[in-house]
Amino acid sequence: MNLLRRWTIAAGVLFVGRKRRQPRFADRPRIVPPGEPDPRAEWVVLALLLGAAAAAIGFIVVYSFNHLAHQTQYLGLALGLAFALIAAALVVVGKRLIVTEEVEEDYQLPGHPEAQEDLEQLVEESGDRFTRKRLLLAGGTAAAGALGAALVVPALSLGPLLDSGGLYDTPWRRGVRLVDEHGKPLLLAEIERETFYTAYPQGADKELLGSPVVVVRFAPSQLHLPAERRDWAPGGVVAYSKICTHAGCAIALFRKPTFPVVEPRPALICPCHYSTFDPTRAAKVIFGPAGRPLPQLPLAADSNGALIAAGNFSGAIGPAWSGVRSKPPRNPS
Amino acid sequence: MRRLALIALVLVFPAAAGAQPGSGVKAKTGKGLYAAYCLSCHGVDGSGVTSTSQPRGVLDLRGLGPPLTDVGALGAHFYLTTGYMPLANPHDEPRHTESPFDKQEIAALVAYVASLGHGPPIPKPHPERGDVSSGLSLFTEHCAGCHQVVAQGGYVTNAVAPPLRQASPVQIAEAVRIGPYLMPRFPVSQITDAQLDSIIAYVQWTKHSDNPGGWSLGRIGPVPEGLVTWLIAAVALVGCCLVIGRRFQR
Repeated sequence: MNLLRRWTIAAGVLFVGRKRRQPRFADRPRIVPPGEPDPRAEWVVLALLLGAAAAAIGFIVVYSFNHLAHQTQYLGLALGLAFALIAAALVVVGKRLIVTEEVEEDYQLPGHPEAQEDLEQLVEESGDRFTRKRLLLAGGTAAAGALGAALVVPALSLGPLLDSGGLYDTPWRRGVRLVDEHGKPLLLAEIERETFYTAYPQGADKELLGSPVVVVRFAPSQLHLPAERRDWAPGGVVAYSKICTHAGCAIALFRKPTFPVVEPRPALICPCHYSTFDPTRAAKVIFGPAGRPLPQLPLAADSNGALIAAGNFSGAIGPAWSGVRSKPPRNPS
Repeated sequence: MRRLALIALVLVFPAAAGAQPGSGVKAKTGKGLYAAYCLSCHGVDGSGVTSTSQPRGVLDLRGLGPPLTDVGALGAHFYLTTGYMPLANPHDEPRHTESPFDKQEIAALVAYVASLGHGPPIPKPHPERGDVSSGLSLFTEHCAGCHQVVAQGGYVTNAVAPPLRQASPVQIAEAVRIGPYLMPRFPVSQITDAQLDSIIAYVQWTKHSDNPGGWSLGRIGPVPEGLVTWLIAAVALVGCCLVIGRRFQR
């Protein structure tokens, strides 16, 4: 905070205390014909630039809502308006405030010191019609700054910056039953091979990122789980988080070979970017952009033959972010 | 004994297996057709060929194929009517093609394969009893991930999920239960026969769906729509640039 204050003061001092630029070419004959100042056009430009800044800030405001009807449309409208207003401001500047002239001969090649000076004089004299240069500059800075902020803000959605609690807390703990989307418990004996099931923790919110798991059954001899996970797959049934570890889509695809001799291995696939996980090898990534395996849920069967969790996930659920490997998931207290 | 039978078959049907049907083979019985076109990969009596170390089949073909003892009429009917089988190279993904067999030949082959074991019969779906609306939600839940929501087909890694334009109601019912190639199988505990009727009714609807927005652009989603938008927007932008950049008329 202290550092920020010092920098602000330094910038302010520099801005206020800077030397006014003297017209460098006052003693030379003009190249560009003098133009009439147009204060009304300057006000229009300023209004357009401030409007663009307001639209860009509107984008950030709309973006900050979690649930808003027609949010996408409003976002598009705000961003489009910001760009359109900036474009309009530039059009007015070009048409009304820059001295325009038609040149018959070509400009001389730069590099020649005299030609260089002529060019600088041209640029400077073209801006002669501006009467409120610094005000317009401030307006332009406001528009560009707000638009830049509007373009950067959505990057916050790439990962949790402040609160990653929701990615560590899952409703799974030892003894929680697996149920289908209608709340019916999944029975170990009824789980079939070559197909896949989506299950949720009994009594928990299905919408939580940590809730859904995908359940598949293999012959126990097909499974190659690490030694410490040997007991996690009763009867060859394994469960993994249904949330892709790349961008958080649902693992909605399951492929299984009809004739394994010539066809690819079984895999769980995310339809968004085709991250492909091998469910027989603890959901190791075998293709695609995901950076780590799907977290595995240890399973067991209770005395009624219903599938239950034997603990929490093997790792943090959900999309990857900078701190993903720093601590294991926990149960809600 | 089996090997002997194989050699005998090779002698009797020289243009077998990988060769295209209609080239000299006149067998019309299911067993004869099987020996001519299926045996080198699926083995004698549908026992399957699961290892390349077995002797090469007719025409030096390295046959590989799953056993057919329990696929029943359902499996045989699906693979033959879709043209998935016969497959020239066992490593290829089968595609929907015109079957080289005529109806009688398919019926004979299906009956023969069904007689090899105790597989399921050909299903009899009733899409007219199904409900298109619940079919849409079931299709979205179980099928759309690969086959796309209006059944235009899509991809999984290492395979193509075919569009369902050509799939008949019976073929859809069969595919759901078999899970051909890399598709998962959906047993009755996952999709009941009544739900299957609704799914088929929905797939049938997608074949003749109306396009309320006008031009459907192949109904494959935002990519072609975006391309069209860009082509129109790009032209409009160039027009704007010309208007803005025009010099003042003196």
